[in-house]
Amino acid sequence: MIKFENVTMAYRKDGNPALNDVTFEIADGEFVFLVGQSGAGKSTILRLLIREETAKNGTVLIDDINIGMLPQKEVPKLRRNIGMVFQDFRLLPEKTVAENVAFALQVLSKSPDEIKQTVPAVLDLVGLLDKANRRPEQLSGGEQQRVAIARALVNRPAILMADEPTGNLDPDTSVEIMRLLDQINKAGTTVIMATHDAGIVDQMRKRVIEITGGTIIRDQARGVYGYS
Amino acid sequence: MSPFMTRVRFVLGEVWQGISRSITLTIALIATFAISLSLLGVSLLVGSQVNEMKDYWFDKVEISIFLCTSGSDTATCTNGPATEAQKSQIRTDLEAMQPLVAEIFFESQQDAYNRFIERFKSSPISANVTPDQLPESFRIKLSNPEEFITVVNKFTSRPGIEAVRDQRATLSKLFSVLGGLQALALGFGLAMLVVTSLLVNTIRVTAYARRREIGIMRLVGASKMALRLPFLLEAVFGALVRWDYRDWDIKFH
Repeated sequence: MIKFENVTMAYRKDGNPALNDVTFEIADGEFVFLVGQSGAGKSTILRLLIREETAKNGTVLIDDINIGMLPQKEVPKLRRNIGMVFQDFRLLPEKTVAENVAFALQVLSKSPDEIKQTVPAVLDLVGLLDKANRRPEQLSGGEQQRVAIARALVNRPAILMADEPTGNLDPDTSVEIMRLLDQINKAGTTVIMATHDAGIVDQMRKRVIEITGGTIIRDQARGVYGYS
Repeated sequence: MSPFMTRVRFVLGEVWQGISRSITLTIALIATFAISLSLLGVSLLVGSQVNEMKDYWFDKVEISIFLCTSGSDTATCTNGPATEAQKSQIRTDLEAMQPLVAEIFFESQQDAYNRFIERFKSSPISANVTPDQLPESFRIKLSNPEEFITVVNKFTSRPGIEAVRDQRATLSKLFSVLGGLQALALGFGLAMLVVTSLLVNTIRVTAYARRREIGIMRLVGASKMALRLPFLLEAVFGALVRWDYRDWDIKFH
């Protein structure tokens, strides 16, 4: 359970808050779109959840743990429980697909046996088992995003957060990525996706939280992107 | 395999990757050290060489008139060492040439010997030299150095005089040598510049690669220690290599 209670966030000097008195809840296993223009505050919500930022006022809770009050040494543990996917994939170009995924396990000192078992399983899940030994530059954009999703999932996080995951992809590829995210969500993972891709939001018919200027102006189950 | 060994292997793997990725950086750093040390050595050499070339009379006189010794074999010295009469004649003639001849110093064989020993005190050659092997000399300062030829013409081929040396000839040679060394140092400086720009560029590239790597490590929840250890060890390795090279450089140059 994710809970934002009257969260205000101001990291700009011009006085406009990035988030202004934001309150909402996301239940375990939900699929939620955060929509709104660039700079509306979508990414700030995601950054608050992984403690890249700390709220100025209000509380951010995950499973009743106050993320803002988390001791610094607990922050890595928090991040292990949240998978993160970005628009620019953020893969290591000198590592193969399998190595990129294994990297997330290695930095946590997982055993070679576990790595050997988990990596192919998660690559199979995203449909890239046959490309395990390719390098990112040999893959299409959609395939690179699948690798990033595999890496985000390999530690079996309860929450998967995606910040504009289809921003660099063509519509057909975007649909495939959305199908994959939906599949992951159906397996029990909470998925939060920030996007301004109206077509995808309209097609998926999931819960939509719309933000403008740091304020939630709409929170709708089975919503569409917007009226414009 | 124990979790500890897993961690060790992973960290060492990351260290190796960091070093091999920044191999140009390591090479550039070593080159910078080598060049700067060489430059230092060259400048020290130039300094001691110049001191060696400037003997006692260098700043004081333009012309040296060397008198015959018992060992001289030039045509003007066939009658043996310069006589007292010849010496006083030279002195009288020199004094008659004032004001062109501004100052006259006389260096006896003992004076010449003392200066010789002083200059070559660390060389084995000094043990084989005795005062009577060294010529007496008149050292002359001119009011107008351009007119040295007048003096040279007057005393060359006079009996009792072995040689008349124009100090300016030595001087111009010295200046050309110094010019050459200066050009050399400039060349080194330019090389340094090129290496430094290479270095800065490489550092920028590695820093970029690192930033991405660290970003991902943070993202997947790497602990602080896991984040820092590879880079820390890499820095230690680089420092050791450089220190070792410098040690080697000092030993062999």
